[in-house]
Amino acid sequence: MDWGSILSNTAAYLISPETIAYALAALGLAVHFGYTGLLNFGQAGFMAIGAYGYAISILSFDLPWWVGIIIGMAASVVFAFILGIPTLRLRADYLAIVTIASAEIVRLLFTTQAFDEYTNSADGLGNYHAGFRAANPFTFEGNVGFGPWVYNANGWWVRVFGIALVIVAALIVWLLMRSPWGRVIKGVREDEDAVRALGKNVFAYKMQALVIGGIFGALGGVVLALPSAVVPSVYVTSLTFYLYTILLLGGAATVFGPIAGAIIYWVIMAFLSNVLPALVQVGALPFMDTTQSQVLRFILVGVALMLIVIFRPQGIFGNKKELTFVK
Amino acid sequence: MSAAHADEINVEGNDYYFAGNVKYNSEPLEGVLIKVSGGGYNAEVKTGDDGKWKIGVPSKDTYDVTLDESTLPKGVIVVEGEATREAEFGLTNSAAVNFFLGEGVRVTVSFWDQLVERLFNGLNFGLMLALAAIGASLVFGTTGLSNFAHAEMVTFGAIMAFVFSVNLAWPLYLAIPVAVILSAVLGLFLDAGLWRPLRKRGTGIVQLMIVSIGLSLALRYVFQYFIGGGTYQLPGSSSDSLTLFGSVKLTATDIVSMVVSVIVLLAVAWWLLRTRIGKATRAISDNSSLASASGIDVDRVVRIVWILGAALAGLSGILWAYFRPGIKWDMGASILLLIFAAITLGGLGTAFGALVGSLIVGILVEVSTLWIPSDLKYVGALVVLVLVLLVRPQGILGRRERIG
Repeated sequence: MDWGSILSNTAAYLISPETIAYALAALGLAVHFGYTGLLNFGQAGFMAIGAYGYAISILSFDLPWWVGIIIGMAASVVFAFILGIPTLRLRADYLAIVTIASAEIVRLLFTTQAFDEYTNSADGLGNYHAGFRAANPFTFEGNVGFGPWVYNANGWWVRVFGIALVIVAALIVWLLMRSPWGRVIKGVREDEDAVRALGKNVFAYKMQALVIGGIFGALGGVVLALPSAVVPSVYVTSLTFYLYTILLLGGAATVFGPIAGAIIYWVIMAFLSNVLPALVQVGALPFMDTTQSQVLRFILVGVALMLIVIFRPQGIFGNKKELTFVK
Repeated sequence: MSAAHADEINVEGNDYYFAGNVKYNSEPLEGVLIKVSGGGYNAEVKTGDDGKWKIGVPSKDTYDVTLDESTLPKGVIVVEGEATREAEFGLTNSAAVNFFLGEGVRVTVSFWDQLVERLFNGLNFGLMLALAAIGASLVFGTTGLSNFAHAEMVTFGAIMAFVFSVNLAWPLYLAIPVAVILSAVLGLFLDAGLWRPLRKRGTGIVQLMIVSIGLSLALRYVFQYFIGGGTYQLPGSSSDSLTLFGSVKLTATDIVSMVVSVIVLLAVAWWLLRTRIGKATRAISDNSSLASASGIDVDRVVRIVWILGAALAGLSGILWAYFRPGIKWDMGASILLLIFAAITLGGLGTAFGALVGSLIVGILVEVSTLWIPSDLKYVGALVVLVLVLLVRPQGILGRRERIG
């Protein structure tokens, strides 16, 4: 077994675009679920809207890349209003069912043959990179870096841009949550009726939280789309569930929890995807083949999600007093 | 005579091609239009005077090959299979696609016949959905849990039916009951091993919901671990279709499936309305603490509900395997949202609401394909779900007080 390459492949996921994208989307989910108590099961839909908004703006309408990102964000705001207006006045599980259904509607609309001209249906979109790469401030030739982190100029640009987005997003969440607005939001989570009795418009606060978290979700989708392609089969319901695993692993009502959760999640997944086939090949796991060893990772994700929620619902960094599961 | 020259298109420059020979009574037919489409690629060609055709395609994938029946001589149609068929490559770079022609009248199905056929399909689908939805609804009513792992109990029933009927080659009349019983055992096992201890700990309902999501992911991938990513057929899944009236075609499996669903649903309704345990179940759904205070053993009833719900889900999974058709590791997950939509439409936690909601969703999904593309058919049902919640959040049979 080649431990060098296994560890190097694993370490690469510390700053991979997938990790960054999941961290952004999970941060949005922290605003929804962790701080406001909104059961949004449609974060995959917000990500899909961000990714497709970005790619379609560039491919079909010849817009600059940064306008594409803004359009992705604007589309997610519209989506948040469509989700929020019918459901935010109702009990929490209604929001859950409507968000999960709407995310699936969004995915099916992007996958169907009917809009093939814009979405390229099940094959997804690609080749929209020119504008983003032209804006690259790094001009070096070839691969640069150290240890497992060696990338070309485009690779570094995607990562630096993504990490900058994560830092800005985390800063915004941190500032918001220590502001008066954040205190009302947490009050909505703890006791909606008490906040309403204080004269606050709970519906408006919930809607604002849904919009902000949704924008982070859309940015996650954009970062996922930046290096490679938009693949519709990524944005399934399971993606939202993986984000919940990440969020609850790190701590739902924290700023650094979702980011740390995304890093831990992807590093463990990458480690297992490298080490399990290697173990199979040297005969250490005689009861499975390499395909099964890849499936095993997702069984472990499910089991991990159950164990976290049962035994440490506040996550690694969370505070037991700030438990989201109050009801 | 010059070499038999098939009429070709896009064969140069593409690595793969489909070819065929259109003949009727051993006579080649000229000028028959053949179309190939798939993966965003389209091409068409007319057969040459020798009846042959050849169409190049860019990749080694599955394509739809269509024979345009309107270009056939009068009185000749495709007699075996459809005029459009899926074609794929074997080990070589070419594949033969031949249509079997015969005498007949081309059936143009009228709108009403199509509507009636879709209604029947939708009814079948809805009844099957109802079996799964009633179980999930009873569990929600008695424990407050929106159980995402219900989808995996659906898949479990189908996989068990496959294991016993195909792997162990038991006859279906034994394999299916055994699969349903094993599903019930799974329900008992999950309640005793997971949900009851969590209830005893006083775990909140949102927490339970997320545990069920974790369980759903874990079970789904356990299924994939053992059966892989392929689709498998249960015995008897390709039975002949019978023409009922007009052009309404149903297979024997469809009819058996509908009859079984109706009988089981009637039995469940009788159980809920007439037996002590059934009445206790409804009492707990109504008000758990009041039921407990009036001497109902809530834990026992919840255990029975889990067993019953899992058995119904397993049965519905077997019927779903015939309806799709085929068994796949994520087959339950693909209808989970429709089950939730049915429960919410009917009114959360009411068993009869789940039945009504399922029938509406089932019929809606099938009938809506008359107007919208079939790859969007689930969208119609989900949009209706969102719209109904706008005007009547408590669902069709729900009561206003439930929405909180």
